[in-house]
Amino acid sequence: MNRWSYILVRVLQVIPTFFVVMALVFVMVRLLPGDPTSAILGERATEELIARANKELGLDKPVIVQFGIFVQRFFQGDLGESINLKVPVFRLILERMPVTLFLTLYAAILAVALAVPLAFVAALRKDSLTDAVIRGVFQIGLSMPVFYIGLQLLTVLAARLRLFPVGGYGEGFWEHLRYLFLPALTLGFNLAAILMRNLRASILEVLQSEYVDFARAKGLPSSLILGRHVLRNAVISTVTLFGLNIGGLIGGAVITESVFAIPGVGRLMVESIFGRDYPVIQGLTLTFAVLVSLTFILTDVVHAQLDPRVEVA
Amino acid sequence: MAAPALTVTPASKPAARVRLKPTLIAGIVIIGSFVILALLPGVFAPYSPTAFDYNAVLEAPSAKHLFGTDNFGRDMFSRVVWGAQVDMQIALFTTLFPVIFGTLLGALIGYYGRWSDAIFGRVVDVVVTFPFLVLVIAIVAILGPGLINMFIAVSAVGWITYARLVRGEILTQKRAEYALAGRVMGYTASRIIFRHLLPNAITPVIVYLMTDMALGILLGSSLGYLGLGAQPPTAEWGVLIADGKNFMSTAWWIATYPGLAITLAGVGFSLLGDGLADLLRPRG
Repeated sequence: MNRWSYILVRVLQVIPTFFVVMALVFVMVRLLPGDPTSAILGERATEELIARANKELGLDKPVIVQFGIFVQRFFQGDLGESINLKVPVFRLILERMPVTLFLTLYAAILAVALAVPLAFVAALRKDSLTDAVIRGVFQIGLSMPVFYIGLQLLTVLAARLRLFPVGGYGEGFWEHLRYLFLPALTLGFNLAAILMRNLRASILEVLQSEYVDFARAKGLPSSLILGRHVLRNAVISTVTLFGLNIGGLIGGAVITESVFAIPGVGRLMVESIFGRDYPVIQGLTLTFAVLVSLTFILTDVVHAQLDPRVEVA
Repeated sequence: MAAPALTVTPASKPAARVRLKPTLIAGIVIIGSFVILALLPGVFAPYSPTAFDYNAVLEAPSAKHLFGTDNFGRDMFSRVVWGAQVDMQIALFTTLFPVIFGTLLGALIGYYGRWSDAIFGRVVDVVVTFPFLVLVIAIVAILGPGLINMFIAVSAVGWITYARLVRGEILTQKRAEYALAGRVMGYTASRIIFRHLLPNAITPVIVYLMTDMALGILLGSSLGYLGLGAQPPTAEWGVLIADGKNFMSTAWWIATYPGLAITLAGVGFSLLGDGLADLLRPRG
């Protein structure tokens, strides 16, 4: 089976799961105290208004038909309208999403940029002071809440030393890079710690393997051994771990965006909860689920590319 | 996994003298201290955690107020000490139901397999699709902010990890000779599962439980910080940090000490987990 059919199969496998996800969100929103119509119309709703709104929303139809309409609208990009902001939820998410994607991608890149070299240093100098310091710092980082790291970085580097802006995300690519550096570092630190620990262990394991001994015996330069043999083999399990933790990164974005006042979907989620804006919460929850599913598929594909032993069946 | 001898005794180790590693001792000391603070906060806290004192507003740390005071003149040391009570409760109640329910269900699924395994596989597929924090936040959004609702939300999702863990362990253990021997001797399924398989499968659960308690505190304080968990004036560490966030440049101590408490508790739980892993898996 070639690469494209493998991707296709993975996508097809996700579809049934996604229907269950949609059903779950559909049910969850209907478990809310009070009916959606009065939530949308507010206190002053008259009988007539409620009946008309119910008809518009399709709430007068049987539940299963409602679910059908819900699914159909979802695939048409119709997620309903925000109660508080009076704009379509889809448009709202579309507007706020680029910032969050930029932030999470930036965080992921920083996490890898931190984790890979430090994992090598730690592994090659196993049990040295350097190793202990690197592992200690990351262990503390793992135990520190994301919002606390953010708050301290914000206070010391942005407010006191004025090295970075204190909030917002700027205009254009380069300003985004500067404005979002601290948030991305905050968000990426936990992931960096997880990746570093795993990669260090994998490198140590690979270094003891026979093919590395053989490469050394052949007299290959150690840079070539590390780059071609060790990194490639050690990175395989790390890629999977990376994919599994993308969900955590998206969850962390909710907190990071609140700390740094970044107008992304994460902050939108928190705002919507306080504003009881259920259509937005529902739309965001589904969007996050789509994003995570996509990263899982992507992870599997990358994994299969890196590791020829994976059976694409 | 070394092949166990053909004996049907559960995996109780001989009561030989156990040499405690420094990681385990450090973990026990840190978490033990937090537990003592949590049980007897009144003994260690010099002031009430909620009493306002307008004559001592935003005071820097001193001998009188070890961790300073906040904008209402509340003693931060006392608030952090009382916070231990709330956050240790969070560690306990975010994990209690998941560990019990998940372990039992995982054991049954691992032992019986078939359709229960197929259903469980689909449930896992669905749940991993949501970022954990997003799912918990969404459930809290429906139930409303507060500690109890947070426990419900975490419990609704958290058991899955334990069930996966135990299911995998039981799948390996049930093929071991001692399990087959138990079956040959005509033991009931429940006796084999609970007396023989589970004790041999429980080590990773205990080790993960420590990590999970640390994660529980991180999650609880995050929700507290966002205003979705414990509600002010409860002295929960995340709430304390949220209280102090607007004073970071003028009164850094308000948010800094509760954050250090969370970090220390997290480090304590992971040391405890690593130490227990070493202790319970001596061959590792």
